[in-house]
Amino acid sequence: MTTGTQVAAKSVSTQAIPALIALVLGFAVIFVAGHVQAGALHDAAHDVRHATGFPCH
Amino acid sequence: MFTRILTSALFAGAAAGLIAALLQLYFVQPVLLHAELYEGGDLVHFGTESTVSAIQNLGGIDVVRDGLSIFFTMLVYCGYALMLVALMSLAEARGAVISARTGIIWGIAGFIAVHLAPGFTLAPEVPGVAAADVYARQVWWFSTVAATGVALWLIAFVRNWASYGIAAVLLLAPHVIGAPEPEVFTGPVPTELGALFAARAFGVGMAAWALVGCFAGHFWSSQTATESVPRTA
Repeated sequence: MTTGTQVAAKSVSTQAIPALIALVLGFAVIFVAGHVQAGALHDAAHDVRHATGFPCH
Repeated sequence: MFTRILTSALFAGAAAGLIAALLQLYFVQPVLLHAELYEGGDLVHFGTESTVSAIQNLGGIDVVRDGLSIFFTMLVYCGYALMLVALMSLAEARGAVISARTGIIWGIAGFIAVHLAPGFTLAPEVPGVAAADVYARQVWWFSTVAATGVALWLIAFVRNWASYGIAAVLLLAPHVIGAPEPEVFTGPVPTELGALFAARAFGVGMAAWALVGCFAGHFWSSQTATESVPRTA
Protein backbone atom coordinates (compact mmCIF):
# COMPACT_ATOMS: atom_id res chain seq x y z
CA MET A 1 0.00 0.00 0.00
CA THR A 2 2.77 2.38 1.00
CA THR A 3 4.73 1.33 -2.07
CA GLY A 4 1.69 1.99 -4.28
CA THR A 5 1.27 5.48 -2.82
CA GLN A 6 4.95 6.24 -3.31
CA VAL A 7 4.84 5.03 -6.89
CA ALA A 8 1.78 7.20 -7.55
CA ALA A 9 3.42 10.24 -5.97
CA LYS A 10 6.60 9.65 -7.92
CA SER A 11 4.72 9.29 -11.20
CA VAL A 12 2.95 12.62 -10.59
CA SER A 13 6.20 14.43 -9.84
CA THR A 14 8.08 12.92 -12.77
CA GLN A 15 5.22 13.42 -15.21
CA ALA A 16 5.62 17.12 -15.85
CA ILE A 17 9.08 17.09 -17.47
CA PRO A 18 8.43 14.37 -20.11
CA ALA A 19 5.10 16.04 -20.90
CA LEU A 20 6.84 19.40 -21.26
CA ILE A 21 9.48 17.91 -23.60
CA ALA A 22 6.72 16.31 -25.70
CA LEU A 23 4.86 19.63 -25.84
CA VAL A 24 7.96 21.47 -27.05
CA LEU A 25 8.74 18.72 -29.59
CA GLY A 26 5.16 18.74 -30.90
CA PHE A 27 5.21 22.52 -31.16
CA ALA A 28 8.50 22.38 -33.09
CA VAL A 29 7.06 19.85 -35.55
CA ILE A 30 3.97 22.01 -36.14
CA PHE A 31 6.11 25.13 -36.52
CA VAL A 32 8.48 23.57 -39.06
CA ALA A 33 5.87 21.65 -41.07
CA GLY A 34 3.18 24.31 -40.93
CA HIS A 35 4.69 27.74 -40.48
CA VAL A 36 8.32 28.14 -41.59
CA GLN A 37 8.29 30.22 -44.78
CA ALA A 38 11.54 28.89 -46.37
CA GLY A 39 10.87 28.35 -50.09
CA ALA A 40 11.31 24.60 -50.57
CA LEU A 41 9.56 23.74 -47.30
CA HIS A 42 6.70 26.07 -48.13
CA ASP A 43 6.23 24.56 -51.59
CA ALA A 44 6.37 20.98 -50.34
CA ALA A 45 3.86 21.57 -47.55
CA HIS A 46 1.76 24.11 -49.52
CA ASP A 47 -1.43 22.08 -50.03
CA VAL A 48 -1.38 20.78 -46.46
CA ARG A 49 -0.96 24.28 -45.05
CA HIS A 50 -4.01 25.50 -46.94
CA ALA A 51 -6.12 22.45 -46.14
CA THR A 52 -5.14 22.52 -42.46
CA GLY A 53 -6.02 26.19 -42.06
CA PHE A 54 -2.53 27.53 -41.39
CA PRO A 55 -1.72 31.03 -42.61
CA CYS A 56 0.12 30.38 -45.91
CA HIS A 57 2.06 32.98 -47.97
CA MET B 1 7.20 8.08 -19.37
CA PHE B 2 8.55 10.04 -22.33
CA THR B 3 8.74 6.84 -24.41
CA ARG B 4 5.07 6.14 -23.62
CA ILE B 5 4.08 9.64 -24.73
CA LEU B 6 6.23 9.34 -27.86
CA THR B 7 4.96 5.92 -28.98
CA SER B 8 1.29 6.71 -28.26
CA ALA B 9 1.59 10.02 -30.10
CA LEU B 10 3.42 8.64 -33.13
CA PHE B 11 0.99 5.75 -33.61
CA ALA B 12 -2.04 8.02 -33.16
CA GLY B 13 -0.60 10.85 -35.27
CA ALA B 14 0.52 8.63 -38.12
CA ALA B 15 -2.79 6.73 -38.31
CA ALA B 16 -5.01 9.80 -38.01
CA GLY B 17 -2.67 11.78 -40.28
CA LEU B 18 -2.88 9.17 -43.02
CA ILE B 19 -6.69 9.15 -42.89
CA ALA B 20 -6.71 12.97 -42.76
CA ALA B 21 -4.44 13.09 -45.81
CA LEU B 22 -6.70 10.77 -47.81
CA LEU B 23 -9.78 12.79 -46.81
CA GLN B 24 -8.00 16.00 -47.78
CA LEU B 25 -6.89 14.61 -51.13
CA TYR B 26 -10.42 13.48 -51.94
CA PHE B 27 -12.48 16.38 -50.57
CA VAL B 28 -10.20 19.43 -50.30
CA GLN B 29 -7.57 19.02 -53.03
CA PRO B 30 -10.01 19.24 -56.00
CA VAL B 31 -11.34 22.56 -54.64
CA LEU B 32 -7.76 23.78 -54.15
CA LEU B 33 -6.72 22.78 -57.68
CA HIS B 34 -9.84 24.41 -59.10
CA ALA B 35 -9.07 27.62 -57.20
CA GLU B 36 -5.49 27.59 -58.52
CA LEU B 37 -6.81 27.79 -62.07
CA TYR B 38 -8.24 31.20 -61.10
CA GLU B 39 -5.22 32.15 -58.99
CA GLY B 40 -2.90 31.54 -61.96
CA GLY B 41 -5.18 33.32 -64.44
CA ASP B 42 -6.10 30.22 -66.49
CA LEU B 43 -9.73 30.94 -65.65
CA VAL B 44 -11.35 34.34 -65.12
CA HIS B 45 -14.90 34.89 -63.93
CA PHE B 46 -16.96 38.07 -63.91
CA GLY B 47 -19.66 37.75 -61.27
CA THR B 48 -23.13 37.29 -62.74
CA GLU B 49 -21.79 37.70 -66.30
CA SER B 50 -19.57 34.64 -65.92
CA THR B 51 -19.71 32.02 -68.64
CA VAL B 52 -16.93 29.86 -67.18
CA SER B 53 -18.10 26.32 -66.53
CA ALA B 54 -18.13 25.28 -62.89
CA ILE B 55 -16.92 21.86 -64.02
CA GLN B 56 -13.21 21.82 -64.86
CA ASN B 57 -10.67 19.13 -65.64
CA LEU B 58 -8.46 19.20 -62.56
CA GLY B 59 -6.05 16.47 -63.61
CA GLY B 60 -5.51 13.23 -61.76
CA ILE B 61 -3.15 12.19 -59.03
CA ASP B 62 0.21 13.98 -58.94
CA VAL B 63 2.46 11.42 -57.25
CA VAL B 64 5.12 13.82 -55.96
CA ARG B 65 2.77 16.62 -54.91
CA ASP B 66 0.18 14.34 -53.31
CA GLY B 67 2.88 12.15 -51.76
CA LEU B 68 4.39 15.24 -50.10
CA SER B 69 0.92 16.21 -48.90
CA ILE B 70 0.43 12.79 -47.30
CA PHE B 71 3.87 13.01 -45.65
CA PHE B 72 3.31 16.50 -44.28
CA THR B 73 -0.23 15.77 -43.08
CA MET B 74 1.08 12.78 -41.13
CA LEU B 75 3.89 14.95 -39.76
CA VAL B 76 1.48 17.70 -38.69
CA TYR B 77 -0.83 15.25 -36.93
CA CYS B 78 2.15 13.57 -35.21
CA GLY B 79 3.07 17.01 -33.89
CA TYR B 80 -0.47 17.63 -32.71
CA ALA B 81 -0.64 14.14 -31.18
CA LEU B 82 2.59 14.78 -29.24
CA MET B 83 1.03 17.83 -27.62
CA LEU B 84 -2.31 16.09 -27.11
CA VAL B 85 -0.82 13.01 -25.42
CA ALA B 86 1.43 15.20 -23.26
CA LEU B 87 -1.63 17.08 -22.02
CA MET B 88 -3.52 13.79 -21.57
CA SER B 89 -0.71 12.47 -19.36
CA LEU B 90 -0.86 15.62 -17.22
CA ALA B 91 -4.65 15.38 -16.95
CA GLU B 92 -4.47 11.71 -16.04
CA ALA B 93 -2.06 12.55 -13.22
CA ARG B 94 -4.76 14.93 -11.93
CA GLY B 95 -7.39 12.17 -12.01
CA ALA B 96 -8.89 12.40 -15.51
CA VAL B 97 -9.87 9.15 -17.22
CA ILE B 98 -8.12 8.73 -20.58
CA SER B 99 -9.60 6.22 -23.03
CA ALA B 100 -10.54 5.97 -26.68
CA ARG B 101 -14.01 7.31 -25.79
CA THR B 102 -12.86 10.31 -23.76
CA GLY B 103 -10.11 10.79 -26.35
CA ILE B 104 -12.76 11.80 -28.89
CA ILE B 105 -13.73 14.71 -26.62
CA TRP B 106 -10.04 15.64 -26.40
CA GLY B 107 -9.87 15.50 -30.18
CA ILE B 108 -12.91 17.73 -30.65
CA ALA B 109 -11.40 20.19 -28.15
CA GLY B 110 -8.17 20.12 -30.16
CA PHE B 111 -10.11 20.82 -33.35
CA ILE B 112 -11.77 23.81 -31.68
CA ALA B 113 -8.40 25.12 -30.46
CA VAL B 114 -6.37 24.83 -33.68
CA HIS B 115 -8.95 24.88 -36.49
CA LEU B 116 -12.30 26.35 -35.50
CA ALA B 117 -11.12 29.17 -33.23
CA PRO B 118 -8.44 30.63 -35.53
CA GLY B 119 -10.63 29.88 -38.58
CA PHE B 120 -13.58 31.75 -37.05
CA THR B 121 -11.83 35.05 -37.84
CA LEU B 122 -8.99 33.97 -40.16
CA ALA B 123 -11.02 31.60 -42.37
CA PRO B 124 -9.17 28.71 -44.05
CA GLU B 125 -7.61 30.39 -47.09
CA VAL B 126 -8.26 29.14 -50.58
CA PRO B 127 -5.24 29.79 -52.85
CA GLY B 128 -5.37 33.27 -54.36
CA VAL B 129 -7.22 34.90 -51.49
CA ALA B 130 -6.15 38.40 -50.43
CA ALA B 131 -4.51 38.34 -47.01
CA ALA B 132 -2.43 40.48 -44.67
CA ASP B 133 1.27 39.90 -43.99
CA VAL B 134 1.88 36.20 -43.31
CA TYR B 135 4.03 36.79 -40.20
CA ALA B 136 1.37 38.98 -38.59
CA ARG B 137 -1.24 36.31 -39.30
CA GLN B 138 1.00 33.61 -37.84
CA VAL B 139 1.43 35.60 -34.61
CA TRP B 140 -2.36 36.02 -34.40
CA TRP B 141 -2.87 32.33 -35.23
CA PHE B 142 -0.53 31.08 -32.48
CA SER B 143 -1.94 33.56 -29.96
CA THR B 144 -5.50 32.47 -30.73
CA VAL B 145 -4.64 28.77 -30.47
CA ALA B 146 -2.88 29.35 -27.14
CA ALA B 147 -5.71 31.46 -25.69
CA THR B 148 -8.37 28.98 -26.82
CA GLY B 149 -6.40 25.99 -25.55
CA VAL B 150 -5.94 27.55 -22.11
CA ALA B 151 -9.65 28.46 -22.05
CA LEU B 152 -10.73 24.89 -22.84
CA TRP B 153 -8.36 23.51 -20.17
CA LEU B 154 -9.85 25.92 -17.59
CA ILE B 155 -13.38 24.84 -18.53
CA ALA B 156 -12.51 21.14 -18.43
CA PHE B 157 -10.26 20.87 -15.40
CA VAL B 158 -10.45 23.94 -13.14
CA ARG B 159 -14.23 24.24 -13.13
CA ASN B 160 -15.12 27.21 -10.94
CA TRP B 161 -16.86 30.47 -11.80
CA ALA B 162 -13.65 32.48 -11.93
CA SER B 163 -12.13 30.01 -14.40
CA TYR B 164 -15.29 30.09 -16.54
CA GLY B 165 -15.10 33.88 -16.61
CA ILE B 166 -11.42 33.88 -17.60
CA ALA B 167 -12.14 31.19 -20.20
CA ALA B 168 -14.92 33.29 -21.76
CA VAL B 169 -12.57 36.27 -22.02
CA LEU B 170 -9.81 34.12 -23.55
CA LEU B 171 -12.23 32.60 -26.07
CA LEU B 172 -13.62 35.98 -27.16
CA ALA B 173 -10.53 38.20 -27.00
CA PRO B 174 -8.76 37.12 -30.23
CA HIS B 175 -11.93 37.74 -32.26
CA VAL B 176 -12.83 41.02 -30.53
CA ILE B 177 -9.25 42.25 -31.10
CA GLY B 178 -9.42 40.92 -34.67
CA ALA B 179 -6.98 39.23 -37.03
CA PRO B 180 -4.68 41.05 -39.47
CA GLU B 181 -6.83 41.88 -42.52
CA PRO B 182 -5.79 42.76 -46.09
CA GLU B 183 -6.16 46.43 -47.06
CA VAL B 184 -8.05 45.59 -50.24
CA PHE B 185 -9.76 42.50 -51.61
CA THR B 186 -8.03 41.15 -54.72
CA GLY B 187 -9.07 37.49 -54.69
CA PRO B 188 -9.74 36.20 -58.22
CA VAL B 189 -11.32 32.95 -57.00
CA PRO B 190 -15.14 32.61 -57.13
CA THR B 191 -16.74 32.91 -53.70
CA GLU B 192 -18.42 29.54 -54.29
CA LEU B 193 -15.00 27.85 -54.27
CA GLY B 194 -13.75 29.86 -51.30
CA ALA B 195 -16.77 28.92 -49.19
CA LEU B 196 -16.61 25.25 -50.18
CA PHE B 197 -12.88 25.19 -49.43
CA ALA B 198 -13.36 26.59 -45.91
CA ALA B 199 -16.25 24.21 -45.18
CA ARG B 200 -14.32 21.18 -46.44
CA ALA B 201 -11.18 22.19 -44.50
CA PHE B 202 -13.22 22.43 -41.29
CA GLY B 203 -15.04 19.14 -41.92
CA VAL B 204 -11.89 17.16 -42.66
CA GLY B 205 -10.13 18.86 -39.74
CA MET B 206 -12.87 17.82 -37.32
CA ALA B 207 -12.89 14.22 -38.54
CA ALA B 208 -9.09 14.05 -38.31
CA TRP B 209 -9.03 15.51 -34.81
CA ALA B 210 -11.77 13.20 -33.53
CA LEU B 211 -9.66 10.32 -34.85
CA VAL B 212 -6.35 11.55 -33.47
CA GLY B 213 -7.99 12.04 -30.05
CA CYS B 214 -9.60 8.61 -30.15
CA PHE B 215 -6.39 6.89 -31.25
CA ALA B 216 -4.27 8.81 -28.74
CA GLY B 217 -6.65 7.86 -25.92
CA HIS B 218 -6.63 4.25 -27.06
CA PHE B 219 -2.84 3.89 -27.34
CA TRP B 220 -2.21 5.81 -24.12
CA SER B 221 -4.70 3.76 -22.08
CA SER B 222 -3.62 0.43 -23.57
CA GLN B 223 -0.01 1.19 -22.60
CA THR B 224 -1.15 2.11 -19.11
CA ALA B 225 -2.95 -1.26 -18.88
CA THR B 226 0.21 -3.06 -20.03
CA GLU B 227 2.39 -1.26 -17.50
CA SER B 228 0.06 -1.91 -14.56
CA VAL B 229 0.11 -5.71 -15.08
CA PRO B 230 2.45 -7.10 -12.37
CA ARG B 231 5.55 -8.70 -13.78
CA THR B 232 6.05 -12.28 -12.64
CA ALA B 233 9.65 -12.70 -13.75
